[in-house]
Amino acid sequence: MNNNLVNGWEVVIGLEIHAQVASNSKLFSSSATSGEDGPNSRVNFFDAGMPGVLPVINSKCIDLAIKTGLGIYGKINEISVFDRKNYFYPDLPSGYQISQFFYPIVTGGYVEIGESAENEQEIVRIGITRIHLEQDAGKNIHDLAPDKSFVDLNRSGIALMEIVTEPDMRSVFQAVFVAKKLHALVQYLETCNGNMEQGNFRVDANISMHKPQTPFGTRAEIKNLNSFKFMQAALTYEIERQMEILEGGGKIVQETRLFDVNSGVTMTMREKEDADDYRYFPDPDLPALILTKERIQSIADNMPELPDDKKRRFIKDFGLSEYDATILTSDRKISLFYDEAIAFGGFSDALKAYKLVANWIIGDLFAVMKENDLSIRFLSKPISSSKVEVAYEAQNQSVDIHEGDWGESQISQKPHEDSSIEATNKFAEEIELRKKSISITPLAIAKLIALIQDGTISGKIAKTVFEKMWKEGIAEPIEIVESLGLKQISSEAEILPEIRKIIAENPGIVAEYKNGRTSVFGFFVGQVMKKFKGQASPDVVNKLLYQELDL
Amino acid sequence: MCNDLCNLTLVEAVKNLKEKKNSSVELTQAFILESEKQRHLNVFITETFDHALMQAKKSDEKIKAGNAGKLEGAPLGIKDLYCTKGIRTTAGSKILENFIPQYESTVSQNLLNEGAVFLGKTNMDEFAMGSSNITSYYGNVISPIRSKKFPEKDLVPGGSSGGSAAAVAAHMVLSSTASDTGGSIRQPASFTGTVGIKPTYGLCSRYGMIALASSLDQAGPIARDVRDAALMLSVMASFDKNDSTSLPGERLDYLANLKPSAKGIKIGLPFECFENLSEDLNRVLKENIEILKGLGAEFIEISLKNLKYALPAYYIIQPAEASSNLARYDGVRFGFRVENPKNLSDMYKETRRIGFGKEVRRRIFIGTFVLSKGGYDSYYILAKKVQVKIKEDFDEAFKKVDLILAPTTTGGAFGTEEGNKMSNVDMYLNDIFTVSVNIAGFPGISIPGGQTGDGLPLGIQFIGPKLSEQRLFNVSAIVEDAHKL
Repeated sequence: MNNNLVNGWEVVIGLEIHAQVASNSKLFSSSATSGEDGPNSRVNFFDAGMPGVLPVINSKCIDLAIKTGLGIYGKINEISVFDRKNYFYPDLPSGYQISQFFYPIVTGGYVEIGESAENEQEIVRIGITRIHLEQDAGKNIHDLAPDKSFVDLNRSGIALMEIVTEPDMRSVFQAVFVAKKLHALVQYLETCNGNMEQGNFRVDANISMHKPQTPFGTRAEIKNLNSFKFMQAALTYEIERQMEILEGGGKIVQETRLFDVNSGVTMTMREKEDADDYRYFPDPDLPALILTKERIQSIADNMPELPDDKKRRFIKDFGLSEYDATILTSDRKISLFYDEAIAFGGFSDALKAYKLVANWIIGDLFAVMKENDLSIRFLSKPISSSKVEVAYEAQNQSVDIHEGDWGESQISQKPHEDSSIEATNKFAEEIELRKKSISITPLAIAKLIALIQDGTISGKIAKTVFEKMWKEGIAEPIEIVESLGLKQISSEAEILPEIRKIIAENPGIVAEYKNGRTSVFGFFVGQVMKKFKGQASPDVVNKLLYQELDL
Repeated sequence: MCNDLCNLTLVEAVKNLKEKKNSSVELTQAFILESEKQRHLNVFITETFDHALMQAKKSDEKIKAGNAGKLEGAPLGIKDLYCTKGIRTTAGSKILENFIPQYESTVSQNLLNEGAVFLGKTNMDEFAMGSSNITSYYGNVISPIRSKKFPEKDLVPGGSSGGSAAAVAAHMVLSSTASDTGGSIRQPASFTGTVGIKPTYGLCSRYGMIALASSLDQAGPIARDVRDAALMLSVMASFDKNDSTSLPGERLDYLANLKPSAKGIKIGLPFECFENLSEDLNRVLKENIEILKGLGAEFIEISLKNLKYALPAYYIIQPAEASSNLARYDGVRFGFRVENPKNLSDMYKETRRIGFGKEVRRRIFIGTFVLSKGGYDSYYILAKKVQVKIKEDFDEAFKKVDLILAPTTTGGAFGTEEGNKMSNVDMYLNDIFTVSVNIAGFPGISIPGGQTGDGLPLGIQFIGPKLSEQRLFNVSAIVEDAHKL
């Protein structure tokens, strides 16, 4: 059953993910959650822990947590309670963090992932223990002056959803898969903008190792993993570290570790986690949070399509392979791009077009994006060479930095009657706002594919057109085809004389062909194509060549 | 002139101002003069006389223009745990010695909206922790009350709203805001012969009130008579969206709706409150029971069987919440910070060691302990269970009776010296008749019931079900009237 054993040891991983709630204002105050202004500019009396100033719950944060809970098929608790977690730190103005310790808003739930890289088809269900809401802390800044520390409270009090999984993951692959899955989910649901570089989606991983059929081993926690690449590296390192200790007869110390990005190793941050006593107790400033069935139901009724459902729809309705559907739904923006492209009504063979669009996105589009460091929104962004290897991740992040200026208004547009209409509208709006930086739209790709389908251009020419489209931001592929005279030549009357001429000019090669060396067929195709500057219809050329050569 | 004006009740003073019998500036000057005369009582931590005169001038203009508020031009005291915008607010602590809030508490804003004049911030036990106003960093308050036998002896005004009670009793203000977590309005009212009401939890907003124990804290007034208290509470109370524990709905005008009567009112006498009382207290209670019977009230003996657990439960819940509420006083953003700390941890420790007084530190220790891993289940959870039981006892009682009569305090005011020597457990026992009301979240009013043989005021307490403030005022007013006869 378990193919993930390492030297007979089984890895056990559980995750705690802090996802910043995509709300305009903070969890308990009206201060804005984002903006370009300076330090301590988004801080009100409550955020600063001023005496007598009280928390007032932001109901939008509650709704977004409910939405996330429904997205993991969890139980939304009609009664949940906010507790105080007490500790001293300058970035924690009131001396306690308001969290949900005893009665969280969501309990239970799961995500489904592939069992392993080799066996992705086998679905494994990973349990979610709970999702609770809590306040983020501010930031301490130590490097502005040699003898002073500074505190920026802009982040103080912003709502976080802490998503806690069961220790159900048995490999790095599974752990990263779960994190990616949840990352995609919150973005689909628009409950978190998912910007990992800015720390809006941070992963803590608990790792231990044991022999199967024995109790779990002592765990170490790696904190604040803010990219999947780092997560992969940190977990891989940590497993090796723990195994070395265990194989050598040593014991794992329960501790919190940090991953050092530069050296690629995890290091002790603090030991003896159990020694912390946060003195949790229910916050007397906040009555229990009571959710009506109606409120939960109305959110359930307005859920957008979940990634897994979307994947199933792509397979069922568009005949995509599991692989293609997985890739296209792994990121909300890509899935929206695909949905938008296939919504184009002008395909001559729609069913084939669905597959072609998928191929073009996964193949050509991704290749161009990767090569040129473009994001799905095709914003070019300068990137230093040291970052190149994580460029793809960085691209997604770069987009999200710009997302704030439209993301908020989107979320408040509710209730939505239909999630796919919503998605389409959203994308249209997104494009509207990004006009300058956009070099290719879903519709443009669709039109390009329509041109291939109706024989206007060949697949090969399409690549030339595509390049010009994204480089110059041309939305109508036909314009390129026409201005460069790239239209495919399909007229037999036009092609046949040239074919005959070429055959006549190369008697030797014709003889070889006739003797059974059919591989020289390509030579003739090449010659014909050269004559027509690649614009001759390959179908017609092939047909006529066979016809003439096999005479 | 001064004496006449300072002897007016709040209701009378406001009426006189409206009828232009005197100006608010005159009235305010009279109270300033009186306050200056009695500075030795140490009722104010911060005097705001100049500010008050400016407010009075504006009030006079408003009265002239015919748009006077309900408290237009009336000089009041504000307990120094209400944050007042631009006016230093210390909560009786060194740690807030230099704290000037940039916001106004909802309660004080409500008073300002109705034209109140603020004479000063009244002295209090540090962070409202105390029953005799001797824990204030700004010195103890001396009660204007003197005993017959030892007239030279300084008496405590009670606490924690000792400054408010003394200021009202000494006619230095017309009325004052106070706050009550375990008896801090009613006990000083009893000691100083004034009227104090702790309303239903959630009736007044806690926004901008420096917290002791959030689930128990309630704002309320200390006044010279029942009608003044009714007027004050009518203005102080409001629904406030900035306080999530604020009760929704409109608030009553208790003065306009006042119908002094005890006719047909069923009053419960919990036998647990009548055991082992002093002779004086027994006599005073009996006298009042007789008065009430004469007014048509009916008495029923009841039992609050878990009452004996109220004080221990209170001294777990209150320090627990306080230990967390007071964590923000860390020297980082405002208030006192120790100079040249060695490191961050040293800064926290020294700031809080020096910034807080002994009683505050004691309760932070208790609170930290009862919330710790070892203490949470065995103390905090248990206390919360007791709280539920006590509330059930009251609910059960209120099925049979309209109100409950109980003593406010075990006796009259004690001397400052005795207070200083008292063990902290003995000091905590001062709250024995008052804490259960906070624990249950119900309203309670203390009105003067009589005097000890030594001439010291003794309060009696009426406790009512949730939102029964009007009933409490109605019965209290008729008893008060009967005493005047």
